[in-house]
Amino acid sequence: MKTWAAHLAVLALLLAAGFLLSPYHMTNLARILVLATFAMGYNLAFGYTGLLSLGHALFFAAGMYAAGLPIWHAGLAALPALGLGLAGGAFAALAVGVLALRTAGVSFMIVTLMFAQAGYLTLLYFNATTGGDEGFALPATGRRLFGADLSTDVPRFLAAWAIFAVTFLATLALVRSRFGRVMVALRENEDRARMLGINPFTTKLGVLTLSGAASGLAGAAYAILFGYAGASFATIQYSILPMLYVLLGGAGTVAGPLLGAILMFMLIEAATEVTSAWMFLVGAALVILVLFAPKGILGALRTRLRGLP
Amino acid sequence: MSLLDARGLTRHFGGLKAVDGVDFDLAAGEIHALIGPNGAGKTTFVSLLSGRLPVQSGRITLAGEDITGLPAHARVRKGIAYTFQITSVFPGLSVFDNVALAVQGGRGSARDLSRAVEAALYRVGLETLRRETAGTLSYGHQRLLEVAMGLALQPRVLILDEPTQGLAAGEIGAFKALVRGLVPEVAVLLIEHNMEVVMDLAQRITVLNFGRVLASGTPDEVRANPAVQEAYLGA
Repeated sequence: MKTWAAHLAVLALLLAAGFLLSPYHMTNLARILVLATFAMGYNLAFGYTGLLSLGHALFFAAGMYAAGLPIWHAGLAALPALGLGLAGGAFAALAVGVLALRTAGVSFMIVTLMFAQAGYLTLLYFNATTGGDEGFALPATGRRLFGADLSTDVPRFLAAWAIFAVTFLATLALVRSRFGRVMVALRENEDRARMLGINPFTTKLGVLTLSGAASGLAGAAYAILFGYAGASFATIQYSILPMLYVLLGGAGTVAGPLLGAILMFMLIEAATEVTSAWMFLVGAALVILVLFAPKGILGALRTRLRGLP
Repeated sequence: MSLLDARGLTRHFGGLKAVDGVDFDLAAGEIHALIGPNGAGKTTFVSLLSGRLPVQSGRITLAGEDITGLPAHARVRKGIAYTFQITSVFPGLSVFDNVALAVQGGRGSARDLSRAVEAALYRVGLETLRRETAGTLSYGHQRLLEVAMGLALQPRVLILDEPTQGLAAGEIGAFKALVRGLVPEVAVLLIEHNMEVVMDLAQRITVLNFGRVLASGTPDEVRANPAVQEAYLGA
């Protein structure tokens, strides 16, 4: 009960923060919330189940294009497009998982990376349909939700907050369920888990599909809320970013991806004011984290405060 | 009638015949010990039974059903539980969560789950430690937790791989009482180096040597067998 109250308080705080900030920062917070949703999806696979994927950009992009293309070509509305984005991410993850989960460890990283690269090249190859490298702007008809215009600050923020909140609470419920316990068991000791009657393959496939669904939802939301879809979102960079958020905030914690996304966003924001080499900073942060703080901020806190989910 | 039956089980690693045509049967409700010198193939043999290793030839049946082709997790669900030689509980999880993982399936309410966990913990005498983190338990308690996890699977066959290794002399007596209390609901296959424990608990003993069955019978028969004496005392 206390855990649920704490997480609801985080959501309330985020909502209040959005309205206390300037419109510019309100939109930044909306962007952070969408990216944190992506990172929460990544965290299910990496943080809770130990599946180190380098291909989540594919699931993000699958959601982005599953939502964006029907809006662009067929004038679909935003709400069904969000649903398509979620389904697109889940389906892509399921398809990749069926093949990639035959491997583990470093091989799994390489195979997921290759699938994501293939996805990126596919987007470029079919540039007549996808807009290729340049991408496309989403028409205004596809950016209306319940009568509100998502290209304006307040509705955009509220939509981002709602999508984040649903994913946040769903993650909390999932990791506190029996299935959540099985996920952690697979991460800690797969051989032992198997000898408790747990099927590692189907369990991981289920987790990866849920992870892809959250990533796809985030990708769809990103396109619809900020009005643009492009192949750059399918690049390796978008596989690394959620990993970085998760590592910084704390892998295997529910609020870690949010904390990581906020801090990393602020860091990149500050860095771009002084240098254009902000990617260097991202890389340096990744190295420092892995070397000196592999548990992340909330992970380190949890060893002191027991019971943090 | 035998509950778990193996015919002609074989597993070679390159030129090493770790398990070489072993016939074995475990009767319902018995405690059956598997002994043999180091490197005799005991752990490989039970890995074949539990499905952790695939067999190269031979056939395994559980209550008449062929399970040779089933993966390990499916055999666990059919009722073959295996407790590890090297204690491998989940150190970061609580004692309760460790056992809860072993309680099968998504069926039942949280209360049913809690009741099943409590029952298994009570059986091994760890009920007061349910909230502790498993990694902080003493070695002896971790071994008991292993057994509780095995019991929570509600197995028909429980394979204990060197369960008394590393236990203090005082803990061994309690452990023997625990194992004796498991039969006849569960058939126990015990791999054990401590001969006193074996002779005290087992109704039947199978001796492996160089991947083959050297002898099989009651403790008295095995003790009197000259080939066994030679394998253990000679060479």
